[in-house]
Amino acid sequence: MGEWMTVTDPDLSSESKNICQYTSETKMSPSSLYSQQVLCSSIPLSKNVHSFFSAFCTEENIEQSVSYLDQELTTFGFPSLYEESKGKDTKRELNIVAVLNCMNELLVLQRKNLLAQENVETQNLKLGSDMDHLQNCYAKLKEQLETSRREMIGLQERDRQLQCKNRNLHQLLKNEKDEVQKLQNIIASRATQYNHDMKRKEREYNKLKERLHQLVMNKKDKKIAMEVLNYVGRADGKRGSWRTGKTEASFFLRNEDEMYKILLNDYEYRQKQILMENAELKKVLQQMKKEMISLLSPQKQKPRERADDSTGTVISDAEEDAGELSRESMWDLSCETVREQLTNSIRKQWRILKSHVEKLDNQVSKVHLEGFNDEDVISRQDHEQETEKLELEIQQCKEMIKTQQQLLQQLATACDDDTTSLLRDCYLLEEKERLKEEWSLFREQKKNFEKERRSFTEAAIRLGLERKAFEEERASWLKQQFLNMTTFDHQNSENMKLFSAFSGSSDRDSLTMHSRPRQKKPQNMSNGSPVCTSKLTKSLPASPSTSDFCQTRSCASEHSSSVNVLNITPEETKPNQVGRECANQKWSMASRPESQEGCYSGCSLTYTNSHVEKDDLP
Amino acid sequence: MNFSEVFKLSGLLCKFSPDGKYLASCVQYRLVVRDVHTLQILHLYTCLDQIQHIEWSADGLFILCAMYKRGQVQVWSLEQPEWHCRIDEGSAGLVASCWSPDGRHILNTTEFHLRITVWSLCTKSVSYIKYPKACQQGVSFTRDGRYMALAERRDCQDHVSVFVCSDWQLLRHFDTETQDLAGIEWAPNGCVLAVWDTCLEYKVLLYSLDGRLLSAYCAYEWSLGVKSVAWSPSSQFLAIGSYDGKVRILNHVTWKMITEFGHPATISNPKIVVYKEAEKTPRLAPGRLAFPPPRAAAGVASPAETKYEIASVPVSLQTLKPVADRANPKIGIGALAFSPDSYFLATRSDSVPNAVWIWDIQKLRLFVVLEQLSPVRSFQWDPQQPRLAICTGGGKVYLWSPAGCVSVQVPGEGDFQVLSLCWHLNGDSLALLSKDHFCLCFLETEDRVGTAFGRPGDHT
Repeated sequence: MGEWMTVTDPDLSSESKNICQYTSETKMSPSSLYSQQVLCSSIPLSKNVHSFFSAFCTEENIEQSVSYLDQELTTFGFPSLYEESKGKDTKRELNIVAVLNCMNELLVLQRKNLLAQENVETQNLKLGSDMDHLQNCYAKLKEQLETSRREMIGLQERDRQLQCKNRNLHQLLKNEKDEVQKLQNIIASRATQYNHDMKRKEREYNKLKERLHQLVMNKKDKKIAMEVLNYVGRADGKRGSWRTGKTEASFFLRNEDEMYKILLNDYEYRQKQILMENAELKKVLQQMKKEMISLLSPQKQKPRERADDSTGTVISDAEEDAGELSRESMWDLSCETVREQLTNSIRKQWRILKSHVEKLDNQVSKVHLEGFNDEDVISRQDHEQETEKLELEIQQCKEMIKTQQQLLQQLATACDDDTTSLLRDCYLLEEKERLKEEWSLFREQKKNFEKERRSFTEAAIRLGLERKAFEEERASWLKQQFLNMTTFDHQNSENMKLFSAFSGSSDRDSLTMHSRPRQKKPQNMSNGSPVCTSKLTKSLPASPSTSDFCQTRSCASEHSSSVNVLNITPEETKPNQVGRECANQKWSMASRPESQEGCYSGCSLTYTNSHVEKDDLP
Repeated sequence: MNFSEVFKLSGLLCKFSPDGKYLASCVQYRLVVRDVHTLQILHLYTCLDQIQHIEWSADGLFILCAMYKRGQVQVWSLEQPEWHCRIDEGSAGLVASCWSPDGRHILNTTEFHLRITVWSLCTKSVSYIKYPKACQQGVSFTRDGRYMALAERRDCQDHVSVFVCSDWQLLRHFDTETQDLAGIEWAPNGCVLAVWDTCLEYKVLLYSLDGRLLSAYCAYEWSLGVKSVAWSPSSQFLAIGSYDGKVRILNHVTWKMITEFGHPATISNPKIVVYKEAEKTPRLAPGRLAFPPPRAAAGVASPAETKYEIASVPVSLQTLKPVADRANPKIGIGALAFSPDSYFLATRSDSVPNAVWIWDIQKLRLFVVLEQLSPVRSFQWDPQQPRLAICTGGGKVYLWSPAGCVSVQVPGEGDFQVLSLCWHLNGDSLALLSKDHFCLCFLETEDRVGTAFGRPGDHT
């Protein structure tokens, strides 16, 4: 409340004061009018009070006034203003002391009253402001109530509308459902009716057919006949045998036997295929295992040195397992016994391999950070350029040397012949001298060239070595990359699934894709892997001679530009030949038995010239 | 590529003998047998009426000529030209005739499918099979010719009978859970029979040779179902083309669906090669004009030459808006065929009539799409290698192989409209059939050219 008071603006407070005054005035009881007047009398400024007082007590009515006052005072409990009467008749004397006392007491009382009044006024003020505040609050709350009520009504309205809509939609849905049901019923009823009618008609039709059959067939139709010059032998050479009642049962049994034989053969064939598939898969698994072991063996030392017991023992275990499993007899065992061993060991090794590869990967990434790779690439290009240049130079030098040698030889032979003749003839010694000089010069040159050549070859060897080192580096990097790429476990299971689903086809592409980067790898890096991949591609079941097909196909898809070849320039003057070429390139896969060669030459006379569409494939 | 001269033909009846040595063709009521290599006429047989169907016996010794209108079948022997045989079905009529796999029996279906008459050429015997069902593909022989499956209808219920072809004994008879059986086909290994229901219901049933139900497959309900079915030559896959424009491939182990090939009208995968046939602006090559003058003159009249262009993805193919209120709507997979090595599947969606989809079965994904300028009429795989021949009823034949594709104009006076084609057994020639002519197309092999010109083909 106190706070509220402080907050109220002065206008309001003054107003409230006024109200207070007003209320205090109005609320004063009429009985207290007097006291108020008494109070007012204390204010000396009010003239009318004086007049009132003068009106109350005049010279003439002092006695009455005093007695009145006395009476009043006594009734209020003050001591009498008069002295105590000594006798009945005696006029009572005004006791001044008592008057003064009374006055004093009245004044004290007056002061007290004033104080009390003040208190009451302030309290009144407080209460008034409180009241005001409460009224304000009340008004506000009322407003709020009003708005919320309105809101509520709005919401209710909306709710009602939505509900209405919902009801409508429900109704619609129901209608639709009913409609659907109705339609379905209609369809069903129509279908049944249709089926019924169909059946009826079919029966009729069958009856008709039967009748027709009887009519047509039983009429001893002379026309239904076969004219044949003479009966021919059976295709299998056997004599035609027709069933008789006696042999029918045996025939039937034989047929049954044959049928079951065929079915059995089919199942056996399938089983064989599945077995083969299984064997191939096992082989692949084994190969992979071996490969892993071979990959892991170089760092086998490391973990042992590090006294890393777990990995070391695992590897040795794996090796033992491999030794066991590689025995031929193991392959004949059913899958359950081998599978667990094999898969477990492979899983272990795979884990090791993975961690190792991860380690390597980290190293590689470090190296990458050093920017080693970029430099390497550039230097490699430089290397290649340089080697090319040098080789070219060497070639040139060699040629030069060769020609010079030739010249020299010519010269020498010429010299020999000449000199002998010359010597014999004692002819021109000077020339001989000159020739000798030239000879020595040539020798000098030759020596120089030799030296140069040697230096060049040395440089070439150096380059070769550098290149080899680089190749090795690259190979190792590729290997890491590859190992990183493949996740054997996953692939394995996928393969299994694929094989079993359709034994013939397989994701050969993925395999070839994997094997591709390996082919680039030099043999000395990992001796196990290339063998494995080749077997992988070979081992795919039910794909006879598919590998080359795959190759051609991949070629076709990759180098679709190779079809460009088919473009034949319009300058070509022999369309016949053009056509042949075109067809030849298109259908390079066609195979034609050689036996027809002769026939072709014979019949080619009848062939007209081809008119082949040239096909410009982009 | 060379073309033979054009020969007369009627009724698109032109067939290579099973051994690939002979070629039989029909001109009205005459049957002409030619040597495949020289194309000289070896035999000429005259039938009683216009021939409507011809078929070689499996050993290539006989040819049957069916004249359905007359209800007669005539059989001719290649070894003894004077030998003849005539089968008359009389008033029963004739709607279909075929050889049994042994080449010594003829199965004639009478009108209204009253019965199938089995005529023997070895003995006088005739046997009848009653209640054959009139359906899309009601008879199927196993590849080894040992068994015949026949769809039957008895008492408003579909049945399948398996006969032993050697003595026409009934081996198995079982009813199928089909509403209205539409077709049956043996797997190439002869151990599984695929049975499919009418297009009103998607249902494919697989029965073992001994009549056990191996599996039933249903992809969806209510809407139109199976439209075409094909076994892969390895019997590993069963491809089912349906009216929803998808091909579903079942495997032979679990008979469950392996994959689903949709035929969207827009191709956005950059891995898929889309060959688009485009008209070539006529280039006047002086050499060509000079060398075969009659061809050039004919070329002026013939429609523009075309070539294949590799379209850059995304490609949207021309689609046909199906007419909803007609029966047999032009939607769904109307044709599908596996390549002989089972590596590829060629399909045609009837709502995209100009395109042939070729799927890679190894990777189970779309491989190539060929979009022709006109609707594809038929396609057939080379029996020896993955090579597809396509015709669109125009004057060109189209060939696709994994190496690429080519469009070849058929030479000849006037327009030669290739309506149908069939491969020779060894895949080095192709018979192209038009309404009343046919010609052979010889596909040169590498060594042939090499020997002919004394140098190998240029491979760069």
